[in-house]
Amino acid sequence: MSLVDVREAVTQAHHEEWARVVASLTRRFGDLDIAEEAAAEAFATAVERWPADGVPPSPGAWLTTTANRKAIDRIRRENKRGDKQKEAQLLYDDDPREPPGAVDDERLRLIFTCCHPALAMETRVALTLRMVAGLTVPEIARAFLVQETAMGRRITRAKAKIKTARIPYRVPSAEDLPARVSGVLAVLFLVFNEGYLATGPDTDPVRHDLTAEAIRLTRLIRALMPEDGEVAGLLALMLLTEARRTARVSASGELVTLVEQNRGTWDAALIAEGHRLVRERLAAGVAPGRYQILAAISAVHTSARDVRDTDWSQVVALYDQLVHIDPSPIIALNRAIAVAELDGPEVALAAVDRLEHTLAGYHAYHATRADLLRRLGYSKKSRAAYGKAIELAGNTAEVAYLTRRRDQLG
Amino acid sequence: MQYLVSVIDDTAGSATPDEMAAINAFNDDRLKAEGHWVFAGGLGSPSTATVIDSRGGEAVFTDGPFLESKEYLAGFWIIEAADLDVALKLAAEGSKACNRKIEVRPFL
Repeated sequence: MSLVDVREAVTQAHHEEWARVVASLTRRFGDLDIAEEAAAEAFATAVERWPADGVPPSPGAWLTTTANRKAIDRIRRENKRGDKQKEAQLLYDDDPREPPGAVDDERLRLIFTCCHPALAMETRVALTLRMVAGLTVPEIARAFLVQETAMGRRITRAKAKIKTARIPYRVPSAEDLPARVSGVLAVLFLVFNEGYLATGPDTDPVRHDLTAEAIRLTRLIRALMPEDGEVAGLLALMLLTEARRTARVSASGELVTLVEQNRGTWDAALIAEGHRLVRERLAAGVAPGRYQILAAISAVHTSARDVRDTDWSQVVALYDQLVHIDPSPIIALNRAIAVAELDGPEVALAAVDRLEHTLAGYHAYHATRADLLRRLGYSKKSRAAYGKAIELAGNTAEVAYLTRRRDQLG
Repeated sequence: MQYLVSVIDDTAGSATPDEMAAINAFNDDRLKAEGHWVFAGGLGSPSTATVIDSRGGEAVFTDGPFLESKEYLAGFWIIEAADLDVALKLAAEGSKACNRKIEVRPFL
């Protein structure tokens, strides 16, 4: 086996086995810190040994065994130092030991612990990327433009809180499950969105590493909770959005709106998979949650080969449904964009103007107004609105797009 | 595992009769009946506090709380709970009963 093949095998094992190894060690030793360190050491050992010894027939089992040994070594070392507290402070877990084979549940425990509502949102994101996705601290720090030491501290503090405040290592009860699942999905959606439209001016406008990671984690949750409609909805939404990624930024680094995108460059395989998931949820006949409705809207857009074939009445109907369960001003803004196509820009502008008191600090509000004013022929007002949008937007590709649009005004 | 559940207040004035009744019901039906009860008490206003510092040898008394702030500790529960999920659930009900914001902190 060539070195390249071995390297690929390690990468693949990292993708497939990291969360499993961390989860099973956390379960066995009751300590996230020990589990994380031992897992990292096991992968480092694989990088060292596999080129000479060959890739083991079952990489996952090899990594788990190696990590277990590393963890036991560490606990022995610390016990020798008289640090007996370690054992007393093991993570709390009141379920009886499960038979081997229930490994998938262990990964779910890990995810729910990392996304616990008693942790700050940014902490949940960092912890999930480290413990479940296996990104390194420097990688996570780079992804969110935070100093490495600060990110390291954030993760260390979170692990200490989980241990000291006794955040349980288990899948929540049926009664709490819907709220907790939606908490997990919020973390994944945030990671995806940061990748899809990076907020800062100092990164690439589209961060494929983050969107890919978010999709990978959502696929994992989908495999673990195949019956959950919102999990399927979020995965579909991500796939249908990711399918348009390459069409979304032009060669000159400018954001390309949905209307102007070259639909031939959309990823047909991702669209097909997304549509399958949306159909599956429709067939389930259960009232959809917000991710399922957003996915359905995305499915309508991606079903149109030409923007002129878009079924706007369907899009508006779906937004009406969404406004019902999520009456946020941002949803209302997006609904207005669809209304412009169905009832004309004048009706849409009236709806957008009603959102001023809540969205005046949001760049997309001004960008939407600017576009509607332009279409209605109010050049001067449109120019001012573009100016405001440019001022507030952080994404470089979006700023480039808005600037060109403004400069094209007569 | 024990948790300190602090009641945070920013309005002068103690609990209303309705709030008192809700707190008593929560204490009896939930905390005591289900074995979570350890201790609880309401505190006098921060202006009744005295800070004592004996680090210099002689005790120095200062009138008032150690920290002047808009929000202050108005009372507390000490509860027994298996883990943070149980403690948070109880605290959520406690917050409703006393109609105040609440902080949960584990004892070491």
